[in-house]
Amino acid sequence: MVVRVKWSAFKQSRWYEYVLRFVLGGLATTLAEGVANGFGPEAGGLFLAFPAIFCASATLIEKHERERKQRLGLSGYRRGIDAAALDAAGAGLGSIGLALFGLGVCLLAPTLAIGSLVLGSVAWLAVSVSLWRLRRELRFVK
Amino acid sequence: MEYLFRFLAGGIVVSTFAVLGDVLRPKSFAGLFGAAPSVALATLSLTLWKEGSDYVSIEGRSMILGALALAAYSLLVCQLLMRARWSALAATTTAILPWLAIALGSKQLFLG
Repeated sequence: MVVRVKWSAFKQSRWYEYVLRFVLGGLATTLAEGVANGFGPEAGGLFLAFPAIFCASATLIEKHERERKQRLGLSGYRRGIDAAALDAAGAGLGSIGLALFGLGVCLLAPTLAIGSLVLGSVAWLAVSVSLWRLRRELRFVK
Repeated sequence: MEYLFRFLAGGIVVSTFAVLGDVLRPKSFAGLFGAAPSVALATLSLTLWKEGSDYVSIEGRSMILGALALAAYSLLVCQLLMRARWSALAATTTAILPWLAIALGSKQLFLG
């Protein structure tokens, strides 16, 4: 299966769900800054990978999938949980890429400054997508 | 004022990655965006300007530990959903405690 864009997913989301994620994103960013100011950059850095947004995303995915099945007359309970679990599995792979992002920033920031964030992002995307593809290949081989 | 600016920047970057995660399929691929460096990009770009690159480098180093704790968190959430059949809200909020324990414990262990 290839990666594709499903534009109709926009119709499933309500305006307050976007507001919720905006607020959570803002709060996670200020939390990371607050911790860094209060306890130093080493503690603050940990909170750059705080899973605050993930709680909202997984809950919304479960809700959307359940509602989609309920419109077809099914309970959708299991399907909702399965969809959230798939999202969590993907986030697990993305976290390995995120660790590489941190490593890139740690090593390159003193010389490349903002360039380290760009290269770190490229590393995150490359590693995450590669791990996702590898996982799919291994599943098909099994 | 600075916190407000960070709040807005974080909200915009996180929302952008969240929308990407919404529209991409399959779901396991979209899940990658649940661990996107959205908060890090918003925070570190402003910190770079305010505190300098050495400070950012230190934050990047401990972020590695936070990200590995996030990998463990995602695995735990996946298991709570698939095996224990918890709801997404219950699984994702409960697993925050192990994330905190792993992140802070590994920082204490490796960085002091």
